Amino acid sequence: MRKSKRSRRRRASPTVRSLACTVASPASTKAKMALLDLFIRTCCILALLSREDFQRIPELAINPLGDRIINAFFSEGEDQVNFRGFMRTLAHFRPIEDNEKSKDQNGPEPLNSRSNKLHFAFRLYDLDKDDKISRDELLQVLRMMVGVNISDEQLGSIADRTIQEADQDGDCAISFAEFVKVLEKVDVEQKMSIRFLH
Amino acid sequence: MFSSGYTFSFSSEPRNHQRKMGTTTLFSRDSSFASQGVVIGQCLSQGHSEEWATIRIEKGVKKPQPQMLKIPAANGIIERDETPMEKEIAGLHRMEFRFSDIFYFCRKGFEAIVEDEVTQRFSSEELVSWNLLTRTNVNFHYVSLRLTVVWVIGVMVRYCFLLPLRFTLAAIGITSMIVGTTVVGQLPNGSLKNYLSEVVHLTCSRILVRALSGTIHYHNKENKPQKGGICVANHTSPIDAIILTNDGCYAMVGQVHGGLMGVIQRATVKACPHVWFERSEIKDRHLVTKRLREHVADKNKLPILIFPEGTCINNTSVMMFKKGSFEIGGTIYPVAIKYDPQFGDAFWNSSKYNIVSYLLRIMTSWAIVCHVWYMPPMVRKEGEDAVQFANRVRSAIARQGGLTELPWDGGLKRAKVKDSFKEEQQKNYSKMLVRNGSQGNLPAGTESD
Repeated sequence: MRKSKRSRRRRASPTVRSLACTVASPASTKAKMALLDLFIRTCCILALLSREDFQRIPELAINPLGDRIINAFFSEGEDQVNFRGFMRTLAHFRPIEDNEKSKDQNGPEPLNSRSNKLHFAFRLYDLDKDDKISRDELLQVLRMMVGVNISDEQLGSIADRTIQEADQDGDCAISFAEFVKVLEKVDVEQKMSIRFLH
Repeated sequence: MFSSGYTFSFSSEPRNHQRKMGTTTLFSRDSSFASQGVVIGQCLSQGHSEEWATIRIEKGVKKPQPQMLKIPAANGIIERDETPMEKEIAGLHRMEFRFSDIFYFCRKGFEAIVEDEVTQRFSSEELVSWNLLTRTNVNFHYVSLRLTVVWVIGVMVRYCFLLPLRFTLAAIGITSMIVGTTVVGQLPNGSLKNYLSEVVHLTCSRILVRALSGTIHYHNKENKPQKGGICVANHTSPIDAIILTNDGCYAMVGQVHGGLMGVIQRATVKACPHVWFERSEIKDRHLVTKRLREHVADKNKLPILIFPEGTCINNTSVMMFKKGSFEIGGTIYPVAIKYDPQFGDAFWNSSKYNIVSYLLRIMTSWAIVCHVWYMPPMVRKEGEDAVQFANRVRSAIARQGGLTELPWDGGLKRAKVKDSFKEEQQKNYSKMLVRNGSQGNLPAGTESD
């Protein structure tokens, strides 16, 4: 009906985005199938989102870390994300359910486990994916968050102090283990979860 | 999600749900998915629209869910944590960076991706139950033969019976408007001319409203805009102007168009002092303000009709009012317009449809049903600037019409958001990192960088 060439690349309608996110909540297979059905029919067979589609969301565009968040959806060198990739990234924000903790200890860790949530946050800092947050990478994130309001020297000293406190093996960079240690008291489950209203 | 739920019911009495379940079910939602329609229904649960939300919930949900009514209108499908940045990040007093600071921004970003308040306003509202128009069935889903037959009958009725009638009426209406106003325009200025022009305008817009099968309910007619005032209303579609003119005469403000619209504009301005601007003039804000001021100062002239949002919004919320209309001075008469989406979607998504296809859609809907509330006049208070006044008026309109209020600019439909908003967020965050003594009871200089 509205499947013009232009609409093929148009952003996923709000309905689709919101329904796509119910997959992040405990949903039956039937719901997932219906969801995929809906996604495909609404967006077109080659349902793909690009960076511009995300940037059109005003609330995301004004988020200081907006660009990093958008990058988290796209894998290395890719410019488009399909439904599966979209779901996978969003699944990190699924709240941790109690009954899941006792499930399937042998299977792969679910995407929304505490460790994976922390890993997701770690990757937001670690741009070059070398499993370490260097001083430069930390400075970059800090600069994104404060804009032009803090001078380079002040920012540098903030970064230095943060690394000094967290660094345990003295390599002036934060590894994932050190990152986890720093955040051990933080309620990651609550801060990095999106709950759906039922 | 598409499991059997409730039945489609075209009449206003609820059918027997149990009997029909599984046969003519269609666009149904199970109770576990907080259907946007129901939530939007809750957004309406203020003022006169109280009954709409309740009716929707009765019809839309299988089992009674009284707790749904307690959800505040602002919530959509996800639970939003509205603690401000300062509280969430700062927590106990500290003036340093923590790795966990990123979580706040991260979550806000993802919440925006899942459900943001702004982009959903630029597309048509979702319905709780289908009204047999394909356009509102976002994902065509074959349900049953009986329903398809009903739908086909509906299509035939709408396109073969209603559309020609309406088109004829509209043609009559437009022609008589042009002819009538041209004739009246020949008369010398005076009270007779004003009276006749009012008669012509009212008659023609009534014909046009009938041409759209419009049913309009006016409330609080005692607050109708008076001469020399400015009438502001929320904007959903181009036919808003006709809906208001149905009940009284206004002086329209707008840009000169070409084509049929231009002909109408030129004809009507002879009979009645509408304010049409050339395209070049409209960019000059001072000129616009000056002309409008002159118009308002003359107490014999009809009230000006302005839509301060500047663009069509989908009638679930009121977006930012541009302050230009509130700088003119004079009394503001707010008017709230709320369409009932069950009978036809009046929202014009101008990025998707052009005006002709929009009018075609309107004329092949079932009807245009809307409520118009006239509100008591407002004036700018002492010490209040135009922006604050605009916000005050906007809140009043939103409250009356049962719409949500958004501080975002309707222009975001097409334009990108300004960087200044991002800079504001960055500034707030950096205040928490660096400035001393922002927490009240701690001595300054405890932390230094």
